[in-house]
Amino acid sequence: MQKINREVLINKANELLSNGTINRVFGWEKGDFSYDVTPTIYFTADQMNKKFIFDDFCGANFSKYLVAETKKDQNKVGVFLKPCDTYSFNQLLTEHRFDKEKVYAIGVPCDGMVDEKKIKAFFGEGISSITSEGDEIIVDTLYDGVKKVKKADVLQERCQNCKSKKHVYYDELIGEDGEVLDSNRFDEVEKLEKMTADERFAFWQNELSKCIRCNACRDVCPACTCEKCVFNNPNSGVENKSPANEFEEKMFHIIRAFHVAGRCTDCGECSRVCPQGIPLHLLNRKFIKDINSFYGNYQAGEQEGSRAPLTNYTKEDLEPSEAVNKGDN
Amino acid sequence: MRKCLLQNQNKLFDQISSFASLYIPVETTGGNASFKKYEQGMVMSDVLKTDRSPKDLFFPQTENLMEFKTSGKNIEVIDNRKESEDFVVFGVRGCDVKSFEVLDRVFLVEPVDTYYATRREHGIIVSMACGRPAETCFCQTFGIDASAPEGDIVCYKTEDALYLDAKTEKGKNLLSKLADVTEESDGKEALKQKEQIKTVLAKLPLANLKADSFGKDKTKEFFDAPEWQILSKSCLGCGTCTFVCPTCQCYDIKDFKTKDGVQRFRCWDSCMYSEFTKMSAGQPRLTQLERFRQRFMHKLVYYPTNNDGLFSCVGCGRCISKCPISMNIVKVMKALGGIDNE
Repeated sequence: MQKINREVLINKANELLSNGTINRVFGWEKGDFSYDVTPTIYFTADQMNKKFIFDDFCGANFSKYLVAETKKDQNKVGVFLKPCDTYSFNQLLTEHRFDKEKVYAIGVPCDGMVDEKKIKAFFGEGISSITSEGDEIIVDTLYDGVKKVKKADVLQERCQNCKSKKHVYYDELIGEDGEVLDSNRFDEVEKLEKMTADERFAFWQNELSKCIRCNACRDVCPACTCEKCVFNNPNSGVENKSPANEFEEKMFHIIRAFHVAGRCTDCGECSRVCPQGIPLHLLNRKFIKDINSFYGNYQAGEQEGSRAPLTNYTKEDLEPSEAVNKGDN
Repeated sequence: MRKCLLQNQNKLFDQISSFASLYIPVETTGGNASFKKYEQGMVMSDVLKTDRSPKDLFFPQTENLMEFKTSGKNIEVIDNRKESEDFVVFGVRGCDVKSFEVLDRVFLVEPVDTYYATRREHGIIVSMACGRPAETCFCQTFGIDASAPEGDIVCYKTEDALYLDAKTEKGKNLLSKLADVTEESDGKEALKQKEQIKTVLAKLPLANLKADSFGKDKTKEFFDAPEWQILSKSCLGCGTCTFVCPTCQCYDIKDFKTKDGVQRFRCWDSCMYSEFTKMSAGQPRLTQLERFRQRFMHKLVYYPTNNDGLFSCVGCGRCISKCPISMNIVKVMKALGGIDNE
């Protein structure tokens, strides 16, 4: 099988740019270190040759950017999508957030993205470079020489519990498609469910009290595409720039979790970007788990146009009281 | 110089906290730390940078400034400030210490922000030399020496001891109260560490980053630079960079109606936000490009223009590790300063 590296992707983009299929393409840009990759737009293959990167740190999901980008002109925008990104893409299509005719989606494979925070938790600060060799990550440090760690141990949480290597949307796929996986992504949720209500409250109190209300979780979230969030709207009555008390710390996150319930694809961007390391994905996963157990398995974004259980009435639906009782268990 | 063996470190902290509130960096989750009020038995973290800078202790994210109580035609103004006691912040890195100078020039000029001023007056800063600077550190760019930080007391931590060197009256006064738990030292070990840090600093990947092309009166040179378009392209407009930044100092004040009056509330604000400085005519910076540009122009040009050339970035590198899209002031400086980012 052909090795999928940056050159393959640059060549593909170059072909699409040259034959006029697209006039620009979302791609990742390398930074000053091994891990500080920035999502950007390329207009030429020359720009890509200089700065494009495709490696273990290309976690950023471009789907949400398409909402604004496709409105700019009539040209088609190219975009590289990893398997989990395609679920967000599909979900946005389901919600009519952009016109797919204005996008050319290039599916790219992914064998998991690395979390530099985990690497730093292992080796401390002072990382000169990070490279991967097979299933090992080679870390060159400023203070302790070269270190090695298993890639599986430093993957981002969402990748350790990857739900799918299958692309659910693409115009063109590079490499071979993968399968939907059996993941252990609900294990942590089950741990929380087993806690007493007081323990669970204390857990979330501790986590959410770290929140600085930078809104990064919301601003990166592909399910959060309101043009004006109630929390930013001075006329909404609930606008707040900082949590003034413990109630407001929780309110923002819990309201947000409810708002994306049934639409969250579990892409994990919220937890990836949180500067305070709050495991926000666990709130969303609890909703997903509950939806699965109340209404049968449902994966947001899996099928374009699918109706989420919460917005689709059927006679077999649970009575609200049953849902409440099941939630207790 | 005084020396405190590491085995006595907590005795030192207990001693300080017997007469003043003490804040130390404490590990929260693996590799992360934040300043917390010391309680007996707490362990000081060696993590280089706390997630949030210690600016919170002088300029908290939220505070109730005052209340107005009304009865009939009378309005009573209630100042609900409580801080009047000394407090000690232990383990502040050189970059973060410098950030107080940046904040002072905003809050301590007329009209003086008395809330901030009170805390500065009562706060005693024990700085900590950086034994192991990170790859993201670039304090040197702004003339800060991580091997010799400023502060009321400078602390060097070696394998077995803390070395404490008082630099100000406040610091000398504090150190004199710690005679029981410290001993006199010639400070040779501290000096040795200082030299080691200097060697490391020279090897850091950003050691050669220069801010020379920015500064006072450079507004016209950079304001319309085409690079802003590309740099701000994928900015999410979140407030991460501004809230983890030790020198960002913008805030919002709002009055809230209470049962029998008004509460005046202040909280941090972010120039990255769409509703920042919203006025009746709307927000003056309509696009994310303008908001993004504002933040970096403020750090690199506007602030120095108004403050004798002093930059309002201290090179702590928090924005490098925290930005969701990994855009940061270093990338901005390289792009605008004509250094190809390769």
